[in-house]
Amino acid sequence: MQFSESWLRSLCNPSLSSEELCHVLTMAGLEVEERRAASANFSNVVVAQVLSVDKHPDADKLKLCAVDVGEAAPLQIVCGAPNVAAGMKVPCARVGARLPGIEIKRAKVRGIESFGMLCSARELGLSDDHGGLLPLAADAPVGEDIRRHLDLDDHLITLKLTPNRADCLSLLGIARELSALTRAPLLAPEVEPVAASVADTRQVVLDAPASCSRYCGRIIRGVDARAATPEWMKRRIERSGIRAISFLVDVTNYVMLELGQPLHAFDDAELSGAIHVRLPNPGEQLLLLNEQTVTPSADTALIADDEKPLAMAGVMGGEHSGIGEATRDLFLESAFFPPAAIAGKARALGFSSDASHRYERGVDFELQRKAIERATQLIVDTCGGQPGPVVEAVSAAHLPTRKPVRLRTARAAKVIGIRLGTERIESILKGLGLGVERQGEDFLVTPPSFRFDIEIEEDLIEEIARIHGYDNIPSPPPVAQMAMMPATEHSRTAMSLRRLAAERDYHEVVTYSFVEAAWEADFSVAQAEGAAPIVLANPIASQMGVMRSTLIGGLVGALVANRKRQTERVRIFELGRCFMRDAGAGPVAGFDQPLRLAGLAAGSALPEQWGAPASRVDFYDVKADVEALFAPRRLECVKAAHPALHPGRCATIILDGQPVGILGELHPRWVQKYELGTAPVVFELELAALLATPFSCYEEVSRFPAVIRDLALVVPHSQALAPLLAALRAAAPAIVRDVALFDVYQGKGLAENEKSLAFRIVMQDTQRTLEDAEVEAVIADLLAVASRDFHASLRG
Amino acid sequence: MDNLDQLVASATADFAAATEPARLEDAKARYLGKEGSLTALLKGLGKLPAEERKSTGAAINIAKECIESALTTRREALKNAQLEAQLATEALDVTLPGRGMPRGSLHPVIISLDRIEQLFRSIGFDVADGPEIETDWHNFTALNTPENHPARSMHDTFYLQGEDGKLQEDVLLRTHTSPVQIRSMLVHTERYKHLEAMPELRVICPGRVYRVDSDATHSPMFHQVEGLWIGESVSFADLKGVVADFLRRFFESNDLKVRFRPSFFPFTEPSAEIDVAFMSGALEGRWLEIAGCGMVHPNVLRFGGFDPEKYTGFAFGMGPDRLTMLRYSIPDLRLFFEGDLRFLSQFH
Repeated sequence: MQFSESWLRSLCNPSLSSEELCHVLTMAGLEVEERRAASANFSNVVVAQVLSVDKHPDADKLKLCAVDVGEAAPLQIVCGAPNVAAGMKVPCARVGARLPGIEIKRAKVRGIESFGMLCSARELGLSDDHGGLLPLAADAPVGEDIRRHLDLDDHLITLKLTPNRADCLSLLGIARELSALTRAPLLAPEVEPVAASVADTRQVVLDAPASCSRYCGRIIRGVDARAATPEWMKRRIERSGIRAISFLVDVTNYVMLELGQPLHAFDDAELSGAIHVRLPNPGEQLLLLNEQTVTPSADTALIADDEKPLAMAGVMGGEHSGIGEATRDLFLESAFFPPAAIAGKARALGFSSDASHRYERGVDFELQRKAIERATQLIVDTCGGQPGPVVEAVSAAHLPTRKPVRLRTARAAKVIGIRLGTERIESILKGLGLGVERQGEDFLVTPPSFRFDIEIEEDLIEEIARIHGYDNIPSPPPVAQMAMMPATEHSRTAMSLRRLAAERDYHEVVTYSFVEAAWEADFSVAQAEGAAPIVLANPIASQMGVMRSTLIGGLVGALVANRKRQTERVRIFELGRCFMRDAGAGPVAGFDQPLRLAGLAAGSALPEQWGAPASRVDFYDVKADVEALFAPRRLECVKAAHPALHPGRCATIILDGQPVGILGELHPRWVQKYELGTAPVVFELELAALLATPFSCYEEVSRFPAVIRDLALVVPHSQALAPLLAALRAAAPAIVRDVALFDVYQGKGLAENEKSLAFRIVMQDTQRTLEDAEVEAVIADLLAVASRDFHASLRG
Repeated sequence: MDNLDQLVASATADFAAATEPARLEDAKARYLGKEGSLTALLKGLGKLPAEERKSTGAAINIAKECIESALTTRREALKNAQLEAQLATEALDVTLPGRGMPRGSLHPVIISLDRIEQLFRSIGFDVADGPEIETDWHNFTALNTPENHPARSMHDTFYLQGEDGKLQEDVLLRTHTSPVQIRSMLVHTERYKHLEAMPELRVICPGRVYRVDSDATHSPMFHQVEGLWIGESVSFADLKGVVADFLRRFFESNDLKVRFRPSFFPFTEPSAEIDVAFMSGALEGRWLEIAGCGMVHPNVLRFGGFDPEKYTGFAFGMGPDRLTMLRYSIPDLRLFFEGDLRFLSQFH
């Protein structure tokens, strides 16, 4: 809502500076979004009258003018404007004036002395119009300062109104609020009924009373549609951000801005019979003023006559019934359409209008007659015409009601946190124009017809807090029940995992939850298994069209972006949700939304450095990172297949027998498609599995010496470590503390299809020193298991 | 006895002249060896008359001790010199960098979220989490946002296509973290429904939210932190106290100015916007909108299972992305979501 400060001050004029006034409004919830001066700063420009115009002796395009600026003698001024003419009144910058960008001095123009400058609108910084001098009204008083004459010390103020404050979508509403805030008197415009001078009327029929519960209409005959809009009116509506069009349209806008009541003017000659407010007939079409042809939905009310639809009620008039320069007779509409009947109607058609904006938030339902009288008065005063009587159709049963709301002083104190006296509360409520009945310590409050946002006690408490001033409510440290927060050792936080990942040289990224469809097609297990992606109905861009079911896409996307910026070594992780349809999942039925932690490492294993040989990051580098994330728990890797990953370099991660993630090298197909140079290694883990941690528990530490034996086993090359190691651990008796792989060897001394796996076996008892014989027996047993089940032999 | 003194002086000089252990041992032999001059003197003692023998013998022994002590000192000195020479050859360039892996980084917004969690935990707020594909009921209806509210329009909210390809109307991408308020309230009131007086509910809910909006200051995905405190005597004054204290702690600035301005949200009443102004820096003196807040609307309390006559509460929602931009002077929101390592590696 934009408006002119001086217009507001004509209705309520507290003794505050412009800045202070804006601060008061902002702190009352009418946020001033912008305040700017109505014109650039300049001085010493006055209303002047051109007395005579003569040719400049030495220049064809220049004129020699005698100008009356209200002094004893006229000034001689050289002027080049094409529209300069004797008799016209124009702004004149006198010698010494400072205009935007220039200072006016006594000067010789082509040899002739000039004592000032006649100005265009652009030279005064009022508009971009540089077509000629700015013509002033014929009755403008010569010699008056132009700033005063055109009210240029005004400010244009824009409010960012919240949707509950429809009552402030008018100057009167803002003034009412300002008066309540500052106690400066409200100077509402006097509106007297304009007596009918002709008897002509049109009957008004409310066929759809739920969509229109009050409609005032009036014929005005013999208007002059070509009449000029008075300067003051034009200025006010233009400073409120509405373009002046023609007098009759301007009047309807002026009254809407002033009082908050949208009006519509029909050309009465286009109407036939009675006015109906009704719902559309099936398939009925209407050409609107914005040249859009619409087929209104079944719940959209229309204004119609006996034959045809005329306008979309409360939204926009029709093209064929609107007023134009030829209009002689007018039919003026001032109606109340309830918010529910208008809400969403304009938006559904892709536009918004000043009328629909107000109606869908709530227009004062007792304002219609006053507004039509106000408009009539302004029309008759300026362009003549004979008004008929006002016809008012009302469906009282459908008008909004204003139920009294109980306000307890004690409740207000509980919610606000400080106790305001009953006198103070009463004066705040009355100041806002609410009906107040005091009942002991409490009140029964009846909201006025212009407020649509007061229905419950809390609404009144907000009004009290707001007018009292949020700034005036103290903010002490709160008092609360104290209870210790849990600090469990059975799980850790997502943040601690993030820190762990960062400690291992991963950088955290946050990528979009909606991704390119191609990423999902390439990397998603769900899609590989035949599930359709979760598609956004209204994506912001096609490459953000589907919900991710894996974090891998975002990480690959970030790798691509970093490679474009010449960063080759990229180690990143993300912790976020993935989304899958799953009929049995919750808490939102039908959608599984697990949190996952995923990482990607590409380029060299270590940053290039003097002290370590350069090598490309590989599966085992990243496996160590994954192991570190799960430590001290031991994970198991099982060879697996995954659409994103190299079939020979991909593992499912198993924890306590459950799959909890995947690890592997990106499939060469995607390395090529996404131009990644070398294959990155990626992992994606279920966060829930990472969060659980084992509770530490004491185990006796032995005081007896440990015995260490190495066992090097030659096995077929294809033998995976895990089953062999598991079998050795399973076969080992209690004295074996640990069986660990410490070397893998292939090459000289072994056959082509063989490899050697060397294990270190640590044996120790807590109660005694071990004897050689039992140690040797353990080694013999382990060897026997290995050779029986894995074709292993002892390496010679 | 002068010749004994001379002998000690000469031996000390010879030892000092020996710059290698072998030379030193040669010098030692000349004095203390079998044929050494001191040894010869000792041998000659037997030829002296008995009365001289004792005093001469004592003098020779003193001289011998002096020579042996000079020898030990010199041996130590030579050994130290040798060790020093060896250590000198072993010296490293200590200015070379350490070997191995550097540290990664944490996302700046996540750093802020962690600090926000810690600050609120310190006054007894728990942390709650909720789904990002959310039901229309939790995101709007239970938050007192009526059917025709502009926030529900297609212009602001991301919706999903159903499996039949049509718009699925009952779910959406949550437009704020406020639905976690509802979920937290329902869990709390269910858990404590058997009690005459329920314990207070204090919770914050950080997370990602989504709106159909994208430019330099808006991202279609961004973060929010919701805070909620419900109890038997929680007031608007408490809200002011908690939020103002939080903002000063977060920015580590006691002279940060905080103001509460009346506003409107469907799910709070009274409602306020919170503005802050810094007292120094590039943004000095400018009011910056930072959060929305208010007293939980009675309808929302009822949806959450609380009796609004008995319980009151406040809620706030703030944008950690914006807080992070202000905290670290980051000019453009989009930097958060581009994954540029040159940007990310600045935050730890």
